[in-house]
Amino acid sequence: MERAQGVMRRAIALVDCNNFYVSCERVFQPGLEGKPVVVLSNNDGCVVSRSQEAKDLGLKMAAPWYQMKDLAQRHGIVALSSNYSLYADISNRVMSLLSRFSPAQEVYSIDESFLDLGGIAADHTAYGQQIRETVRRCVGIPVCVGIAPSKTLAKLANHVAKQDRRLGGVCDFNRLSPAELDTLLSSIAVGEVWGIGRHTVPGLEAIGIRSVLDLKRAPANRLRARFSIVLARIVEELNGAACLELDDVAPAKRQITCSRSFGTLTASLVDLEQALIAYTTRAAEKLRQQHSMAGGIQVYIRTNPHRKRDPQYQQSILVPLAGPSNDTRLFCRAALYGLGQIHRSGYAYQKAGITLTHIIDAADKPNTLFDDVVLQQRTCTLMTTLDRINRRMGSGTIRLLGEGTSARWAMRRENRSPRYTTEWNELAVCRG
Amino acid sequence: MANFNPDLSSQRRRQAHSALLSLTHPNKSMFERQRALLRKAVPAGFPSPADDYVERRLSLDEHLIQHRESTFFMRVAGHSMRDLGIFDGDLLVVDRSVPAAHGCVVVAVIDGEFTVKQLLHTPQGKVLRAAHPDYPDVAVTAEYDFSIWGVVQWNVHRV
Repeated sequence: MERAQGVMRRAIALVDCNNFYVSCERVFQPGLEGKPVVVLSNNDGCVVSRSQEAKDLGLKMAAPWYQMKDLAQRHGIVALSSNYSLYADISNRVMSLLSRFSPAQEVYSIDESFLDLGGIAADHTAYGQQIRETVRRCVGIPVCVGIAPSKTLAKLANHVAKQDRRLGGVCDFNRLSPAELDTLLSSIAVGEVWGIGRHTVPGLEAIGIRSVLDLKRAPANRLRARFSIVLARIVEELNGAACLELDDVAPAKRQITCSRSFGTLTASLVDLEQALIAYTTRAAEKLRQQHSMAGGIQVYIRTNPHRKRDPQYQQSILVPLAGPSNDTRLFCRAALYGLGQIHRSGYAYQKAGITLTHIIDAADKPNTLFDDVVLQQRTCTLMTTLDRINRRMGSGTIRLLGEGTSARWAMRRENRSPRYTTEWNELAVCRG
Repeated sequence: MANFNPDLSSQRRRQAHSALLSLTHPNKSMFERQRALLRKAVPAGFPSPADDYVERRLSLDEHLIQHRESTFFMRVAGHSMRDLGIFDGDLLVVDRSVPAAHGCVVVAVIDGEFTVKQLLHTPQGKVLRAAHPDYPDVAVTAEYDFSIWGVVQWNVHRV
């Protein structure tokens, strides 16, 4: 598709932090620079972030860590437990810096943000370099910038900026001629396209679509019939038509899940109860943060499926509430009721979790004649106060006693770095 | 991809219309999205005459922190900066966005470790100077893996 000369092309930038969790760790442990570093998931289960050096050694994303220990020892790989307090704070700083570069920003994930550069008259490549330099200097995080007329293409441009070191971290598709862009797209596998899932790739390959260019040139109506409207839109985006607008505000979550593996297996009902109360408390906090209410709670427990010799059991149950609520205590009562229904003794449990379901905007809560308005007001005041105290004094300062005082079931986090930016007694130390 | 629903706004409009139709013939959508009816108690009572004069209380944050995104706190360990009034256990307010000029107190990284020193630009190159007679200058040469991490803006010292 040839574009008419002189038509104003949109310019959308995707700014993406490089190896975000590892980069956060390196800000406060500069000694890790140049070394192979990985960050492990909750409970130190598998690799969730790798430094370039770790990638070069062949460590795979999501690889179970216990399988990598030999390799790690041989190459002196540093493995850190995840430190989400640190990552969240650094992410907020990065996003806040980025918001200065455009009036329209969409925070897409903890380490990615779209910026609309439409009204910005400066040379966009130079502007991208300025973004990179600012984030690097102010918070110490390396980022790459991809610029293109649509979000889908901006994602690809960012991918290219990360792969091709000669670009200096910024890739602007708008600077390429149509022929140059097509050549570039023909060298990228179709699976790299944003929104194309792993299960779609074989189907595309079966009809001869292997590269991004193949997909870009595919007839949209044929794809719509064979796959979905979504795929047809992706094709339009690849052709430079922006179908996806920037969301200024992330939409509220429709489900909130909190589930984790335990540090050790447990047969004790008390441990399960305490864990569920802790998870429910966390999920209810998130629910209130997004000003929502939930109408039900799903409870889930299971044994360790990898221990083949152990007796296996897993079960879940949905407990509906009388009406939508955001009261931690009510959710906890419902969770414990659900647990009571599905718990069986004689098993060693490895994992438990809850999901808040039927989520609505708090403002949309239907009122009934049976509502106790006074009680609702008091609950609301109590929950607001609770959240405020925990936000100011550190999370978990005030909690339900049902959580217990010693979390025997708690996660393994054997190598978590200090919370340098959110805890007074864990600040970085400098030699004076 | 949240935006693949162009019909949403017209759907909302329709719901809004139907809510206006009739109170005697309520439909389901009215009860799904009540906003105003029977909602909350109306506060009554004499309004405080001081309400118009509420001002923000002073906050140390706004005094000590010029750039929110690039400012970090650090703890001092050691006595080498004594003569500039920086003591063991003090709390440093460090801004990464400020250029490290001659004479600044900086947090530098030497061989992967943080150190707080005064930065001097000399004809022979950069020098990190301690503020204590017992500690010699450190000339920053190629043998060190060196960088400036941030510039110290304030020192918070417990009296």
